[in-house]
Amino acid sequence: MITEQQVETRLPTTARRRMSSRRISHMVTHAVLIAMAVLMIFPLVWLVSTSLKHPSKQMLWPPQLFPNPVYFRNYVDLFVLAPMGNYLFNSFKISTLSVIGVCFSSSLAAFAFARMYFRGSKVLFGILLATMMLPYAVTIIPTFVIMKNLGWLNTHYPLIVPSFFGSAYFVFLLRQSYRAIPQDLFDSATIDGAGFFQIYWKIFIPLGMPALVTVALFAFLGAWNDLFGPLIYLSSQEKMTVALGLTYLRGRAGTGVERVGVIMAGSMLGVVPMLLLYSFGQKYFIQGLARTGLKG
Amino acid sequence: MAQKPASLKGLRRHEERMAWLFVSPVVLGILIFQVYPTLFSLFASFTTWNLITSPRWVGFDNYVDLVTTDRFFFKTLWNTTRYTAGVVLPSMAIALFFASLLNQSIRFKQLYRGIYFVPVVAPTVALALLWGWLYEPNFGIINAVLRTVGIKGPAWLGTTQWALRSVILMAIWAGVGFQIVIFLAGLQGIPQEYYEAAAIDGANAWQKFTGITLPLLSPVTFFVLVTGIIGTFQDFALVWVLTQGGPAGSTQLIVMYLYGLAFRLQKMGLASAVAYAVFLVIVGLTILNFVFSKKWVFYEETT
Repeated sequence: MITEQQVETRLPTTARRRMSSRRISHMVTHAVLIAMAVLMIFPLVWLVSTSLKHPSKQMLWPPQLFPNPVYFRNYVDLFVLAPMGNYLFNSFKISTLSVIGVCFSSSLAAFAFARMYFRGSKVLFGILLATMMLPYAVTIIPTFVIMKNLGWLNTHYPLIVPSFFGSAYFVFLLRQSYRAIPQDLFDSATIDGAGFFQIYWKIFIPLGMPALVTVALFAFLGAWNDLFGPLIYLSSQEKMTVALGLTYLRGRAGTGVERVGVIMAGSMLGVVPMLLLYSFGQKYFIQGLARTGLKG
Repeated sequence: MAQKPASLKGLRRHEERMAWLFVSPVVLGILIFQVYPTLFSLFASFTTWNLITSPRWVGFDNYVDLVTTDRFFFKTLWNTTRYTAGVVLPSMAIALFFASLLNQSIRFKQLYRGIYFVPVVAPTVALALLWGWLYEPNFGIINAVLRTVGIKGPAWLGTTQWALRSVILMAIWAGVGFQIVIFLAGLQGIPQEYYEAAAIDGANAWQKFTGITLPLLSPVTFFVLVTGIIGTFQDFALVWVLTQGGPAGSTQLIVMYLYGLAFRLQKMGLASAVAYAVFLVIVGLTILNFVFSKKWVFYEETT
């Protein structure tokens, strides 16, 4: 490999000049990209900072970026003001169960759409895709009434059970990945006498794992971040999720600037698990999205 | 393994039965959570209904009320339109700009993209609480920074003049990373040879952008536009937490209005009519998009 410097010394002057103008343009590019990165990240840095600041330091001028002293009490007060432990547990429970449901039923359907022949499969898949365009505004009231008639208001069922019926977007995503699995594998497994479910379970689930992880991550994220569902279905404090609970925490803490540290500490508890998930699964998030964007 | 089907025909039938079994949860899901609710809310929009007594048929009364006597409906619809346009179009321009910058051979590409995506994964409620604090008029960091350069910042969320703009700004911040990722994937899908050929013909950067990038990216742009409009038109959490629709209803969006009617006032019939208005607007915009797409979306012959 020849380094840039080596090339440069060998090049005639015009080319060298072009090289340095290219370097300047790269520097400008980086400057713009870094400025954007700061804009995107600074609010979150400020979130951390505020959550660790003593109430009397919230109104300081000039503002403190690094809290001095670091004040952890906000994170303690939080649990006194609202049942944060319950919120977190509920969010984990609902998100995990939703992931299990959505992964199982979406992948099974995706397998059938990708690799099995049945009459009406094309039409059915078209209908499935069309439901992605359906505004949730139009389905939410009757769905609420279904849940009410089942006696499921103020329970976690309305937030979990629908996931077990799959999701159009995830079926679509998984089908894309299952179609890329070589037909030979399918055929030889059939010759060996494997049934469809075995082929799905033993071949497509393991080979389609990257796409399934993408689906799992997005489903977890969606359930964790959802506000509308918990807002209409849950009414008692101990049943609430983090997203909904935070809005109640704000009510409890009051609007005084001195209490903002507690609210930001609560927000941290909502944000941090998702950031952890993102830092471990970043490539799955981004690949999954890239795939839908291109084939959409 | 269950009984072995004897004939080819039997095999086919077996496959068909298994396939329907495999898709049955999803089919049931479509029927229970999509088809039935869509039809039922159409019916409900022609009734007056408070969840306690059964729905009573009133014909077009709800729709007539919405367009004649309802003081909030058009205002809310207008707010939502401004919000959607204000979020989707600038986001797309910003996202395309940064995706183009990232689509060069530069260092830390993944890192930048990864950072821009961070707000997308965080819970909207937490981010909205955070931005409420950033926008705080006296002690918020935004006005503090403005003060250092001698500008007295407005009360942001507290004034009818600035509230919607403030909400839009936050929504762009929260969502633009998503679009950057999609645009970048689209840009990476454009074959490099086109640019090389254009360079030989002496095309400059701008000509390459308008002559190659924009047309070849147009299917992705179209996807981002359509999904962006559908999603943003129904935004709820962000604004509900930031302003609850205030001040003076200046940030009230259509789904917030629907939420209030249905789940606070139990006016299920009227709320269903609002839902169908949303439905019609979204279907209308999507059809318009598809019609106009013939003029500017360029699909390659090969798939």
